[in-house]
Amino acid sequence: MPSNIPITPSTLSVKDLPWQIDWNKGKCTLCGQCTAVCPVQAIELGVFRKRCINLSPGFATPPENTMQLYYGIRQKTDTAYSCVGCAVCNLVCPNGAISPCRSDETDKLVFHRDRGGLPRSRGGRRNVPGTVLDQIKFIRISMLTDPALDAGRHEFEIRTLLGRVLPPEENLKFIRQNGWIPPVREIYPLMIGGMSFGALSPNMWEGIQLGVAYLNEELGMPVRVCTGEGGCPPRLLRSRFLKYVILQIASGYFGWDEIIHALPEMKEDPCAIEIKYGQGAKPGDGGLLMWYKVNRLIAAIRGVPAGVSLPSPPTHQTQYSIEESVAKMIQSMSMAWGFRVPVYPKISGTSTALAVLNNLTRNPFAGGLGIDGEDGGTGAAYNVSMNHMGYPIASNIRDAYLGLVTAGMQNEIPLIAGGGIGKSGNIAANAAALIMLGASGIQIGKYIMQAAAGCLGSETDRCNICNIGRCPKGITSQDPRLYRRLDPQQVAQRVVDVFLAFDMELKKIIAPLGRSTSLPIGMSDALGINDYHISKRLSINYVV
Amino acid sequence: MCRLFAITSDEPLSPMVAFEALDVMREGHDGSGVGLFLRDLGGPFEDMKDAPILSGIFTENGLKRLDTFMMNLGFMTKYKLPIKVSKTPPSGVPKRDIYLIRAYEYPEEWDGLSQPELYDRLVNIRLQLREMGKAEGDMMVFSFWPDVIMIKEIGEPLKVAQHLKLDRKDIKARVMMAQGRQNTNYAINLYACHPFFLQGFSTMTNGENTAFIPIRDYLQSRGIPGYTGYQSDSEVFTHILHYTLERLGLGIEAYKHIITPLQDEDIAVHPNAGLLQHLKQSCRRLIIDGPNCVIGCLPDHSLFMVQDRKKLRPGVVGGRPGRYAFSSEICGLDAAIPDRDKTLDFQPMHLDTAIVGPNRQEVAVCRQTSPLPLPH
Repeated sequence: MPSNIPITPSTLSVKDLPWQIDWNKGKCTLCGQCTAVCPVQAIELGVFRKRCINLSPGFATPPENTMQLYYGIRQKTDTAYSCVGCAVCNLVCPNGAISPCRSDETDKLVFHRDRGGLPRSRGGRRNVPGTVLDQIKFIRISMLTDPALDAGRHEFEIRTLLGRVLPPEENLKFIRQNGWIPPVREIYPLMIGGMSFGALSPNMWEGIQLGVAYLNEELGMPVRVCTGEGGCPPRLLRSRFLKYVILQIASGYFGWDEIIHALPEMKEDPCAIEIKYGQGAKPGDGGLLMWYKVNRLIAAIRGVPAGVSLPSPPTHQTQYSIEESVAKMIQSMSMAWGFRVPVYPKISGTSTALAVLNNLTRNPFAGGLGIDGEDGGTGAAYNVSMNHMGYPIASNIRDAYLGLVTAGMQNEIPLIAGGGIGKSGNIAANAAALIMLGASGIQIGKYIMQAAAGCLGSETDRCNICNIGRCPKGITSQDPRLYRRLDPQQVAQRVVDVFLAFDMELKKIIAPLGRSTSLPIGMSDALGINDYHISKRLSINYVV
Repeated sequence: MCRLFAITSDEPLSPMVAFEALDVMREGHDGSGVGLFLRDLGGPFEDMKDAPILSGIFTENGLKRLDTFMMNLGFMTKYKLPIKVSKTPPSGVPKRDIYLIRAYEYPEEWDGLSQPELYDRLVNIRLQLREMGKAEGDMMVFSFWPDVIMIKEIGEPLKVAQHLKLDRKDIKARVMMAQGRQNTNYAINLYACHPFFLQGFSTMTNGENTAFIPIRDYLQSRGIPGYTGYQSDSEVFTHILHYTLERLGLGIEAYKHIITPLQDEDIAVHPNAGLLQHLKQSCRRLIIDGPNCVIGCLPDHSLFMVQDRKKLRPGVVGGRPGRYAFSSEICGLDAAIPDRDKTLDFQPMHLDTAIVGPNRQEVAVCRQTSPLPLPH
């Protein structure tokens, strides 16, 4: 390097980046597909000059220098174009000549991802692999005095309730008196959590809806899907499939103009209304759809101009306090559907979750509480929010459940747990652990993207570019050139596969525990962990 | 797996009938405990149907404390049934000071109390005694209720009966329930011994209750003082029965709808679909997951048997008008009522509740798919 090369503080070498492109000249066909497909243009055609020394046999003539050219791949070192490790280059390469390799030490890019004073934002989950849920074992195996049940042959009823369940005495009294009994939905305990139309591509959204409809109508599994904050396509609002959908309202109210106008034409009530107050991936921060993804279609559904970033405020602006907000919003939403639809808030995991829950126990219209733990995923958030903010779901759900038990209301307000369920691939085990800790239902989002559509994101900072709409798999992109890669029918098929496999795995967990007739909510005697402090914190068995 | 036997008869019977029936089913119990519930008593108790009878096991010191406690409350002893045991109990049976069966006169100031108030007070006294006994380890109280005797002891049932000399004229009852226990808890505890009793309701169970912890948590959070104990996972069956009939005002036909509700497609075509759907949802935390056979007795002296949803436990009911028995095995029934029409023996299946009412004339079978009597 010449001593006077212009370098800036942010000048990095390839070695300083988190991913280094390993390109094999011998295998490369120079077809150019990798450079075309790279979502962040991290690689480009490189024209390399190379010195060749020609030796004649017996040194008949003195050695000669010639300069030759060859073509290949050059990795950019500009921080704006650094490789994200998605490996789509490898996917398209006919000869397997290229792939990204992770740096052998902490990259230097991390110190420079704030160009223009703007901190890094990204999609994905908290960059911490593994979860305490993975460590929980199911230890209460029915042996000797009682036979374990047969996951393959016995009758199972894997259902949960969404909505406010009255205490039995009151329920019977209201039946006698013809009083108002809150709406309750009997649904499958694994739900697809809120991922908005906008955050997801139209093909991904359509695939999920198709899969959910198939699960319901052909397989009799009452799986529900939440819209997230981004409205709902007008035709779906007016279709019979709306009953499989949980409509989400959040602080930006995106899409709600369309929804309200569709009310008189709805053939079915939605399954429920979720009021989003917080999200596990970015607690205390609002939703964010960056301008890259706000095309005309998204803008029309959300009722906004195209091409502008859509940050939802952290709180619902029309209210001053969570108590007021919860009470008023729940009541307004209940009223909009004639008190026929359960309405529940969703909050991010927080040490104040119990306060919210206590508030809900006194509100007869509250149909549940969703709690989204720190491991939740998102389409876009500041890196710092994702990595450092939030509360783990396991102890948050446990505290909330035990709080309900103390109040004697554990059957009345369903707790829905979300946030990193299945982040290591153990979805049924994670879900079963949360159910036995006290959750009535489980919400998954990122897992569906990974399992049903092949999302490449990982907890070690791979890809995670959902926010800029360049998803190489077309899952979180609004660019037709990208999302046409995703076939909605195939996504639907995978959604069905995921739920069927989950169902079998869940049975394989609960059958040996002797449970089949009802979901083992709060069956904490079945849980064990080999960490003493965690066992005490969660009030489960310590096993070594 | 335990063995159960219950009998209801027009004529008062000796408890030995039940012990002999348990004895023929002895492969199914291991001497870890036996419990006997007697109701609709004969003998000297025939003429004191309203007097509450305290049943328990006491040390000398415990008895003194009991007497002081009861006297302070104003209870007077009305009748004592002395049980004299030999100094050396048979092997497997612990040595005890006093097996107490004692009828009391109510305190004068209790006159005119409403029945619910009276019943609540009786439960509170039993719970207080139980707490006192727990503190000092000198008393165990199984029931304190009119016309009910409860005997529990560790050991092989027939040996226990002989040790307590229960084959005597002054211990007779028209309704009896007995359980020979196969220990499924970690420690052998007499309070874990079936049958369990609360305010006139009693049940005993065969099998393990896999949903015990969530059910226990739910019952304990109902705010009802009697919903306590839970040394055995089977005690919840008694309390669910109490809850269903007393708190919800439903009939015994609804009990099975609470513990093992129908699946949704069956509810949809049931004549009481609306009610059942609500019961299934609001009583979801009381759903048991089996495998259990439950035999129980109601305050009106009816006996009943229900099975879990998968019908994984044995159970049979049979007899003749005037005498019916419920048994884990047919050999138990044969031992107790050999002169019955065996073709009428009935083994309740996953939808059935078999009930023998207080008149002891027939086995009524209520299927879960049949219409329910309306809540009263």
